[in-house]
Formats: sequence, structure tokens, C-alpha cells
Amino acid sequence: MKPILVISFSSLASQFDAWLKGMVSNSLAILATEMVVTGVCLLVFLVLLCFFLGYMERKVAGFIEIRLGPNRVGPKGSLQIVADTVKLLFKEGITPSSSDKFLFHLAPVIVVTAAMLSVAPIAFAKNFQVWDINIGVLYVSSVSSMAVIGILMAGYSSYNKYSLLGAMRSGAQIVSYELSVGLSLISIVILSGSLSLSDIVKSQETGWWLIRGHIPVIISFVIFLIASTAEINRAPFDLTEAEQELTGGYHTEYSGMKFAMFLLAEYINLFVVSAIAATIFLGGWMPLHFGSWQAFNSVMDWIPSSLWFFGKTFFIIFLIMQFRWTFPRLRIDQLLNLEWKYLLPISMVNTILVTVMAIMGWHF
Amino acid sequence: MSASIIIFYLIAAMILIGGLLAVTATRIFRSAVYLLFSLLGTAGLYFFLDYEFIAAVQIIVYVGGIVVLIIFSIFLTQGSGTSLKQPKFLRMALAAIAATAGCALSVSFINNHSFSGANDKPALSPSVGEIGAQLLSTSQHGYILPFEVVSMLLLAAMIGCIVIAIKDKEPAANGNQN
Repeated sequence: MKPILVISFSSLASQFDAWLKGMVSNSLAILATEMVVTGVCLLVFLVLLCFFLGYMERKVAGFIEIRLGPNRVGPKGSLQIVADTVKLLFKEGITPSSSDKFLFHLAPVIVVTAAMLSVAPIAFAKNFQVWDINIGVLYVSSVSSMAVIGILMAGYSSYNKYSLLGAMRSGAQIVSYELSVGLSLISIVILSGSLSLSDIVKSQETGWWLIRGHIPVIISFVIFLIASTAEINRAPFDLTEAEQELTGGYHTEYSGMKFAMFLLAEYINLFVVSAIAATIFLGGWMPLHFGSWQAFNSVMDWIPSSLWFFGKTFFIIFLIMQFRWTFPRLRIDQLLNLEWKYLLPISMVNTILVTVMAIMGWHF
Repeated sequence: MSASIIIFYLIAAMILIGGLLAVTATRIFRSAVYLLFSLLGTAGLYFFLDYEFIAAVQIIVYVGGIVVLIIFSIFLTQGSGTSLKQPKFLRMALAAIAATAGCALSVSFINNHSFSGANDKPALSPSVGEIGAQLLSTSQHGYILPFEVVSMLLLAAMIGCIVIAIKDKEPAANGNQN
């Protein structure tokens, strides 16, 4: 059975490519145009996504705390986030007089760039991917490790004790939780035998790894959710910006658009982490397939691949948002204990379990 | 001029300018940041050569590891915010001589080396599987021995870190009683 839509993202992209090749003969010009078009599309998509995630976060918070959430601006409060952005645009951008100005302005740029770079290898739909790099998983984890430098830079250049403390906490937190994130990703790399995100999606044609890999993969999925929530500095691991103790952590001194850049990076990171979890554990754009159930599989193929991808991603985003509004914040020693005494040993043993499972062929 | 040449010169400029500024900056934190750009440029060069695995490892190890470590050490240093004073003339001269000598040595090696054409296949396929097999291979050109030696060294370093960082419970308890 064919998908419900005749137009897909990949056919749109290839049509645009063919149209451009008909119009322009210079290959350099074609390359440059396609790069610019891809970049602009991604930027617009990410900014719109952040608007939506900001709205979603407030609505989820309202839902969990049994209140309405934003409900004044626009229908059901949907334009609230636009109003907030306009407010941030009009705010005065204050630079502390004794700060290191160059680094102070550079820090939000680095944080946002690192977040945006890690979007590149994500497959949004079938055959629709900006960069099908053969080390996709490694690329995402390497690029996202750059963000910590931006945060350290922001904390140091603000010339403020609270900022510096927040940055130090953030550095310790991100560097430690990166290990668990990496190990939980490696378990799926072992099972699928590839680091490329498109290969990992293709390896889930007969069923998602979360279902096929049973207990060890479920353990690594849970570890990934916990550790990546910590890596993107979201509550209950938001010690870097704990208002009660540090006023605002590393972005205490930032205001206006520069503060909005940190917010933008946070939501892009949330999306990237959820998209990676959806791709690795839940099959990305791959519809729900069960081994050799032909009829069931073809009915599932009927739903467009982009809907599958965004459905799974938003399911995980919803989970991570629920964490934020249900769990109390950890103390810094509890946070480091959780990683070094529980998550890291568990994920190391789990990696061995997965390896044994992959060698013996115990997965479905 | 083709696109790849332009990209190459952009990356090369980023590495060189980053390196120069890292050496000449008078504020130590800025030096670390310029070093970051130089290392990122090197990763860009690897990406440009299609050696994606090495590029990603370069970013993980140098950007995510070494630079973060340097920044942490700067945080823990007293008076790291003040500008460093200019080094003595003799030291600058010696450093310049050493740098020029190293540069001349590299240039002479590069001039004497005959580069084969760009269309030649690489000696080794840079895929992750190939690299992994080569690292653990016991055949003639395998890297199993260096790999194991480095593993032992890292293990020793980790145990050393834990021994240094471990909390001594007795004195802390005494301190509380006092």
C-alpha cells in the first residue's frame, strides 16, 4: 500500500533539485543556492519549532499543575510566545562594564551554533536528511559537547560569582552525563552495526529496537532519557540556572536577545535529544513494523514517514517536559552521585549485556 | 578558483589566525578560546578530507575534552582575569627562533616529498569498522600492542585520580567534632 500522500519531503527536495538544475548550469551556483535554501529552511523550521515548544511547555506545565496555562493572547493563548519574543526584542541588552566584552557576546553564538549543527544528520522523513554522514551518532554527540564551552565562556565573561558558579556546575554536569548518553547510544550502535543514523533507521525495518532488544535496550532507553535531560540542563537537573541559589546561573547577566539565544539553544537541544531518542530507539521515520506481519506492516506504511518521526519526537519531548514539572531539583552532590555511582556502572554492565545479546542473536 | 580551494583557504586561515591569537593574547581565557577555534579548524580540515571519524574524534577529544580541561584549570587559577605582562625580549626571541626552525624543517620535508595525485585511492578506507579492525588486529601492521599499552596507562591514570580525589573520612569527622 502506498503512503496516503503522493507528495513527500524527499520528492519535494528532488523536484527542487531538478528544477534548479534546469534553471542554472553552473554547478557551484547550484551548490551554493541549495546550501542557502537548506540553511534558511532549517533556520525558519527551528525558530518556528522553538515558538511551538515554548507554547507547549507552558501548556504542559498548566496541564500538570491543573491550571489553564497561557490563555489571553490569540486563540487558546497560542500567540503568547510571539508576544514574549517581541518583549525580548525590545528589552535593553545590558553588558556588564567589567565583563570581557568579546567573550560575553561570543558565548550565546557558540551555544546556538552547537545546537544548530547537531540538527544536520537527523532524518526528518524517508530519504529526507540534510547530511547523511556515516558517523551520525558520533557527530551529534561530538558537536553537542561544544555547547559546554559556550556555557563556561558565558559564566566566566559575565564577571559575576553566580554566573561562574553556574558555569562550573554546568561543566561538571555536562561532562559527566555525556558518558552515560554515549554508552546508551553505543548499545544500539552494537545492535545495528552502524553509526550512521539512516542505517540505524533502516535496521529497524522489522521492528523498533525498543521492542526487539527487550530488557537491555529498555534499560539504555531509560538511561538515555535521564542522562540527556541532564545534558541539556533541564529540570530536575537545571542546577546551572537554579534561581533560588544562583539567581540565574550562567545567564544571570544576559538580557534581551542574547538571553533569548540561550533559550533558543535550550529548545533546539530538547528537540535534538528527542529526535535522536526517537531515531535510535523508536525507529525514526520507520513505521511500526512487526517482523513478518505483512498486512499490519502495509497498513502502518500508509501513514507518512514524517508524521511517524514527528509523532515519536513529540512523544519524547512530552515525556521530558513531564519530568520538568513533576520532579524536584537535585542537589549538586546528588546529581554527581546519580551519574557516577548509578547510571555509569549500570550503563557499562548494560553495554556488556547488549554485546552478549548481539553476539548470541537473542534479540528478535 | 573552485569551491574546494576557497573552503581550504578559509579553514587554513581559521587554524592559523586562531593559533596566532592563542599565542599572542594577553588574557589567558581568551587564549583558550582562540585555541578552540584553531582546533575546530583542524576538525574542519578533516571533514574537508572526508575523514569524518577522525574529525568527530578531534572535536570530542580536543574541543569537548582538552579545551574544557584547560578552561577548568583557568577557572581554578588565581588572578586569571588580569592581563598577563609582556614576556621578556630574550624569551620572545628564543621562541621565534624555535618556531622558525620548526617551520623550516616542516617546509623542507614537504618540498622533498613527492605528492601522488589527488585521484589515488587512500591507503586505508577511513570507515569506523576498518579503523576498529586495524586497532585490534594482531597482524603485522595491527595496533593491538599500542592500544593495550595506552589502555593500561589510562587505567593507571584513572586509579590515580580516584586515589587523589577519594575523601578521607577520619579527619573530616574530627573536624566536625571540633
